[in-house]
Amino acid sequence: MLQTKITVTNKVGLHARPASLFVQVANKCASNITVCNLTTNGKPVNAKSIISILTLGVMQNHEILIQADGPDEVEALEKLKALALGNFGES
Amino acid sequence: MAQVPHEVAPELFLQGIAASDGIAIGPAFLYAVQELTIPARPPGQPNVEIARFISASERARLELKSLRESVLLRIKGEELAAIFDAHQMMLEDPLLTEKVNTKIASGLTVEQAVAEATRELAELLASMQDELFAARAADVLDVGNRILRILLGLPDTALNNLQAPAIIIAQDLTPSDTARLDPELVLGFCTAVGGLTSHSAILARTLGIPALVGMGANLLETVKLDDSLLMDGSTGLLIVDPTQETVSEYREIKRKKDALMVGIKANAQSEAHTANGRHVEVAANIGEVETALEAVEYGAEGVGLLRTEFLYLSETRAPDEDKQFEIYKEIFNVIGPRPLIIRTLDIGGDKPPSYMPFPKEMNPFLGWRAIRMCMDDTGLFKTQLRAILRSAVGHDIRIMFPMIISLDELLCARGLIAQVENELAEEGKPFAKNVPVGIMVETPAAAILVDVLASASDFFSLGTNDLTQYTLAVDRGNEKVAGLFQPLHPAVLRLIKLTIDSAHSKGKWVGMCGELAGMQKAIPILLGLGLDEFSMASRSIPMAKHLIAKLSDERAQEITAHALSLPTAVEIEDYMKTVLAELED
Repeated sequence: MLQTKITVTNKVGLHARPASLFVQVANKCASNITVCNLTTNGKPVNAKSIISILTLGVMQNHEILIQADGPDEVEALEKLKALALGNFGES
Repeated sequence: MAQVPHEVAPELFLQGIAASDGIAIGPAFLYAVQELTIPARPPGQPNVEIARFISASERARLELKSLRESVLLRIKGEELAAIFDAHQMMLEDPLLTEKVNTKIASGLTVEQAVAEATRELAELLASMQDELFAARAADVLDVGNRILRILLGLPDTALNNLQAPAIIIAQDLTPSDTARLDPELVLGFCTAVGGLTSHSAILARTLGIPALVGMGANLLETVKLDDSLLMDGSTGLLIVDPTQETVSEYREIKRKKDALMVGIKANAQSEAHTANGRHVEVAANIGEVETALEAVEYGAEGVGLLRTEFLYLSETRAPDEDKQFEIYKEIFNVIGPRPLIIRTLDIGGDKPPSYMPFPKEMNPFLGWRAIRMCMDDTGLFKTQLRAILRSAVGHDIRIMFPMIISLDELLCARGLIAQVENELAEEGKPFAKNVPVGIMVETPAAAILVDVLASASDFFSLGTNDLTQYTLAVDRGNEKVAGLFQPLHPAVLRLIKLTIDSAHSKGKWVGMCGELAGMQKAIPILLGLGLDEFSMASRSIPMAKHLIAKLSDERAQEITAHALSLPTAVEIEDYMKTVLAELED
């Protein structure tokens, strides 16, 4: 199992389009992926569930922890990290 | 013997109340709110129930896909398309699937399982702190209803499923139905119930689409899906299966009207002056930011009414101070240096927000509403007043209280403003000082007491929809008495005259933000009575300015004197028709 911490810097946080993109990318991976909101001390939730991701309430400047476990765990974390670092395509 | 000629199917005429002007020709789209009743039946084998869930989900996925494609294609609605994307992901959400499966395994039918699971997930989202996240609860419920509807074997008749331009035929349209209306696809609409001032009618005038309301129960029995329709929003006439001649006749009328409007609109940016050169302020009634943009586009010299209810009704909780501050600021910036009157929260038991516990009332229009509710819930009220005063810095803003019936009420409300000013000063937050404060004159009590209220009110604004309703004791939403809702009733006109005369004698100005201010048949009378400011739906502004320019004060006073001498609303209406016809020549 691998994990990485990311600070979400885009304006709306994990909501609307960024949340959808996050789940779409997670869904393309075979590994089990979980996310938790470190800033609010939340529990880890399934990264492939849009409703769960929304319940994290991740807003701008929150820190999240992503954990991946499975055959493509390295790739999965890289892709999700790239998405967040690129501000989910928001300018 | 003379032969009876074989007639083609005759056109059918239905009469309703003309709620929004314009002519529309097109096919009928029947809109019905679907009752999704969960069937009471014993559950089948769990694997059978689960199989039904899987196939209904697949069907829902296809529906969402085609909806998404059609909005992208039709209206380049990227934002709307993104909503359907989100719905699709919710549909495929493992959390939903898991919950439904567990519930079926515990002995529920698939319909019960879907209803319960989506309700629980929606509640989970609705309980979140941040409004943005909490608002997604509605999406989960929408997805749940889609699956349920498919399970029940019902067709998708939702308005957002409209794929080609059509005339909407409905029993009634709720505010949220109408908010989703796509003006590019909705040629017009006709409802069985409703009156001139129902939400759908107001929205139709704002969007500039023709509308007929109060058509009666037989509307839905008479009109079938895809029937060819012709509607005339100026006369209230709906024609089913019109003949070729009728269609060409109306096309010609429409062409002439459109041409006239182009010319009038070109002059709309200039100020309104009567024929003898007196300046009259023509302002707009607005709600959201988009309507503020429209006000500027249509040449409003100011805003006579900014409604704030939308902030409270479209949310899952009361909007906080900062959120209101930002929205007000955005609207004020669009309006620029023009004066703007903001009305404090005007809601009641007739359309309560989902999160506010309004008791069920026998007469919500006579009940706990508007200023009465705000003075009881001062926390809620102060939040709004703080947001208004903070955002008003650098703008020409006036505050207006709704539903005032006595001086002590007005003094209490003003006291609250003073309290809020002190608090903001102590906190060191910038806010607008000496903001003028006025009241809506929408009850007979206020109209009769204007001379008394003038001691504490900087201005007055006539709300004619409510003033008519309360003066004539006619429920404006009840189609059985909608015919009695007569804004040109002599009793209403006398109260308007009393309001204007009393206010002027105390040196205060009077505006009107009710529907009447934008009605051509009323403008000459109001001008003759000396109304200082006319505030109306933006789209009515060009025509109002055009009409004002044709009238001298002297002529307007003559018209008013004659109109006020007539004993009934019908005679006044008839007289105004001849006046308008003369003015058009």
